[in-house]
Amino acid sequence: MYNETTHDGEGAHSDHDHHGPAKGLMRWVTTTNHKDIGTLYLWLSFTMLLYGGSMAMVIRLELFQPGLQWVEPHFFNQMTTMHGLVMVFGAIMPAFVGLANWLIPMMIGAPDMALPRMNNWSFWILPFAFTMLASTTLMESGAPAFGWTFYAPLSTTFAPDSTDFFIFAVHLMGISSVMGAINVIATILNMRAPGMTLMKMPLFVWTWLITAYLLIAVMPVLAGAVTMMLTDRHFGTSFFDAAGGGDPVMFQHIFWFFGHPEVYIMILPAFGVISAIIPTFARKPLFGYSSMVYATASIAILSFMVWAHHMFTTGMPVAGELYFMYATILISVPTGVKVFNWVTTMWKGSMTFETPMLWALGFIVMFTIGGLSGLMLGVAPVDTQYHDTYFVVAHFHYVLVTGALYSIIAAFYYWVPKWTGHMYDERLGKIHFWWSTIAVNVLFFPQHFLGLAGMPRRIPDYSLQFAEFNMISSIGGFAFGLAQVFFLYIVIKTIKGGEKATDRVWEGATGLEFEHLSSPPPYHSFNEAPPVK
Amino acid sequence: MIFNKLSRRFSVVVMGLMAMLSVPVAQAEYQLNMTEGVTPISHELYGLHMLVFWICVAIAVIVFGVMAYSIMHHRKSKGAVPANFHESTTVEIIWTVAPLLILIGIAIPATATLLDLEDAKTNADITLQVTGIQWKWKYTFVDEDVSFISSLAQTSRDVIKEPTGNENYLLEVDNELVLPVGKKIRFLFHSNDVIHAWWVPALGVKQDSIPGFINDSWATIEKPGIYRGQCAELCGKDHGFMPIVVNAVSEPEYNAWLAGMKAEAAAAASSADREWSMQDLLARGETVYQANCSACHGPTGAGIPGAFPAMTGSPVVTGAAAGHVDIVVNGKAGTAMAAFKNQLNDVDIAAVITFERNSFGNSVGDTVQPSTIKNAR
Amino acid sequence: MNKSALKLAIIPLLMFGFGFALVPLYDVFCDITGLNGKTGRVEASEINADLVDRSRTIEVRFLANTNTGLPWSFEPLVKKMQVHPGQVYEAVYRVRSASDNKTMGQAVPSVSPGLAAQHFNKTECFCFTQQELEGRETRDMPIQFIVDTDISADIEQITLSYTFFSVDQG
Repeated sequence: MYNETTHDGEGAHSDHDHHGPAKGLMRWVTTTNHKDIGTLYLWLSFTMLLYGGSMAMVIRLELFQPGLQWVEPHFFNQMTTMHGLVMVFGAIMPAFVGLANWLIPMMIGAPDMALPRMNNWSFWILPFAFTMLASTTLMESGAPAFGWTFYAPLSTTFAPDSTDFFIFAVHLMGISSVMGAINVIATILNMRAPGMTLMKMPLFVWTWLITAYLLIAVMPVLAGAVTMMLTDRHFGTSFFDAAGGGDPVMFQHIFWFFGHPEVYIMILPAFGVISAIIPTFARKPLFGYSSMVYATASIAILSFMVWAHHMFTTGMPVAGELYFMYATILISVPTGVKVFNWVTTMWKGSMTFETPMLWALGFIVMFTIGGLSGLMLGVAPVDTQYHDTYFVVAHFHYVLVTGALYSIIAAFYYWVPKWTGHMYDERLGKIHFWWSTIAVNVLFFPQHFLGLAGMPRRIPDYSLQFAEFNMISSIGGFAFGLAQVFFLYIVIKTIKGGEKATDRVWEGATGLEFEHLSSPPPYHSFNEAPPVK
Repeated sequence: MIFNKLSRRFSVVVMGLMAMLSVPVAQAEYQLNMTEGVTPISHELYGLHMLVFWICVAIAVIVFGVMAYSIMHHRKSKGAVPANFHESTTVEIIWTVAPLLILIGIAIPATATLLDLEDAKTNADITLQVTGIQWKWKYTFVDEDVSFISSLAQTSRDVIKEPTGNENYLLEVDNELVLPVGKKIRFLFHSNDVIHAWWVPALGVKQDSIPGFINDSWATIEKPGIYRGQCAELCGKDHGFMPIVVNAVSEPEYNAWLAGMKAEAAAAASSADREWSMQDLLARGETVYQANCSACHGPTGAGIPGAFPAMTGSPVVTGAAAGHVDIVVNGKAGTAMAAFKNQLNDVDIAAVITFERNSFGNSVGDTVQPSTIKNAR
Repeated sequence: MNKSALKLAIIPLLMFGFGFALVPLYDVFCDITGLNGKTGRVEASEINADLVDRSRTIEVRFLANTNTGLPWSFEPLVKKMQVHPGQVYEAVYRVRSASDNKTMGQAVPSVSPGLAAQHFNKTECFCFTQQELEGRETRDMPIQFIVDTDISADIEQITLSYTFFSVDQG
């Protein structure tokens, strides 16, 4: 099977096998190489992080003090909406796809992804999708302003004209994600080196396999939801319009049927990254490998059964609320197993604290904080008071910023010596970590208090009792934003040069990419299958 | 060496966080936690919240404690040699079962509270319909024929650029909702346009108001006072500017207030029968416009291009009076233009229409009388 | 390889369809659970008059709302009624058009508490069809309803709300 795939449909590229990439801009436009495409994804993600981050700065600027000083409420709503969409679909998801492209073939001993041309397509759709989405800001009616969850009827009957562009952009992102996911599954199932059984795969590969199945299952449901929005807006249907026999609450059911697995799409690969980094720097194998795999799978399955815990105030029947509460808090069991396994992996290890390890430890601590506030949110009766407040904002930013984003940054520091052949600047990396970690806690921790004290989310202005915490939060926000500009400098510096990395890179590193490939690796990773122990 | 460096950095972090937390501790008026509230439900919610919170704190202390110990002691710089264990079914079972037991411990009180929360099926003393309208609330006492609109107070609108002097900025309304203490009040939520959510933390009530459907909730307020809240579901441009103020009073005071509201409505109805002068209509119309129309159409009538039409030169405003009356009275389906017959009395509607036709550069020159509006309902 | 990719591609196509299948599934779900207070409809012939439960009295309250764009006034003639489960009752709503032209509306019912909705059945209702009023017409519109005898014992009151929406806009 292995030899077959290297020749199948790859004739056009056999030239490159020995000569490396083409030169110039066209290399990037026409590339079918998993490393090039991975790089493109990661740069797109970084661009979107800075774009979405700049909108977060506008939000924090307006919330710096009570009163409306900088922007109008309508524009503020556009900012929160676009910030959410850009960060979820533009920054976090493409970053993980970029990591998958770079790492999966190297980790399973394959020369490239299974479907390289489709790989090129699934990337190049995205710049168009995001250009279209971003262009709505310049339109007369302004960008979509109904929140990234776009609840009907605010997003249908009452939406600005630019909503149609938003719908089309979401369709494109969905197609891109589904193609990327199919590619990941095909690669993992067909292109493993001989001896790489499923239960020998690194956890990053496992988590991505499960994530990819989640993606192909739920992105089309989102596509269905936006299609219904489109026909409600223009073709006289009334899926979400009570006047025609529809139901606006049904929109929320369909959206969250997508939306909750989506949350795990953004965090499962992060579990894979952390499961790679902790053992390396503890110099001790991952504790409970197989239970990690099972926990990941059970989180994925449970994620389909809990969607309505986002809707405890919509007037669900009691039986429904009870079911969704029980199912939701049940998710904390497999998630807990993961955290316990990581901590036990560290236990009696021989730890060192290079930059990737710091980010991974930061992930474990702060993701756990986000997980615990998630447990609180899962308890239906009190969720009626947390719901749609800054407590929720704090919760999901702990999970997505100090969770997903931290794991992506950890992955960058961990693998960038392998990718480029250069060590990053250890001193700068540590500064980046401590700067970000202090800032991010100053930014998000006070938001717990704000929410409990009664501040709703998505408001451009607030009463005076919330002033102090908002100002603290904004200061943290500006500092955290600046830290990521500093990160851009570190990234460029590392690509341009730096201390030469060894092939093994880290003393405790394991896995095919560290044991069998040079730093940087050849343009096509494994033309011959490596031996798998 | 590295350890010293790290611990120094760590202490900086701790000090930073402490500094952050000490701000609220030093000044007692900053609220850090959920309110205990003034209804049986809000007490229960608070108790449950604190229970789950302390369980979370305990879990965090254990997990982070083990992790911190490991980081301090199992480090290479201290000569730690890695062990090689990496599997234990027993341990895995223990830390699957133990959290399960904790969860059951949470689920039992949570279930009880949830059932209390949903107790809207028994008879209540007062039934109040709450209708969300972009961006104000309408309260209807269905047994009393009392109905009124409550929107953000002008004193907040006036200081929106520099609100520091106004203690209740954005949490004050023109017409407070007055409710009696010690009575079971049933709320029926409904929306006129998009989804809103009526939230008063002290009452322990947060419920979505959804167009076309009714939702219910209930509260028995235990002590008199003023309780403030806000809309909690993004509902468009002025989502942040539709506060709720509940004034809980004794029953006699409540009855007196109801009587006053009825008398006021009767007086307004009778004043609609007389002929109004252009001058009086214009003066009243400006007030009504700024309170009800300016959010979308702008304080100067300029609207927001692409979203809300301008008043100046609008074909509806400068066209035949009947068309103008129709759109203000009945609203426009499928848009944010609400039916103001559900919100304003005849005089107010007549005044605001007259004002719009003769302001912002428009000069149609006619008046619209309250009797015309009465006829259009 | 391409084969497995094609096989995989079937999943998203199915799931796209599933997204739309959620619409009827949701209706079934609502029927079973009473979510959002969608009421039931029964034929008059199905009702057994012997099954009236006179030992229980439930208060039924009537609400009326008109949505934007419809120049109608709309109100129940009686605001509340005491009913026995199993017996058929009639209530009347009055609607009056303030327009000089023909107008059309569709009423959407909703019942609270949601758990009562599946036990609140109507044999006749103006909400079953669209209503058309001539200019300045006033019309009394009856509903006939019955509360099931098996309605859960702790429900003491039910609210029935109608919202009239303008039909012109679809």
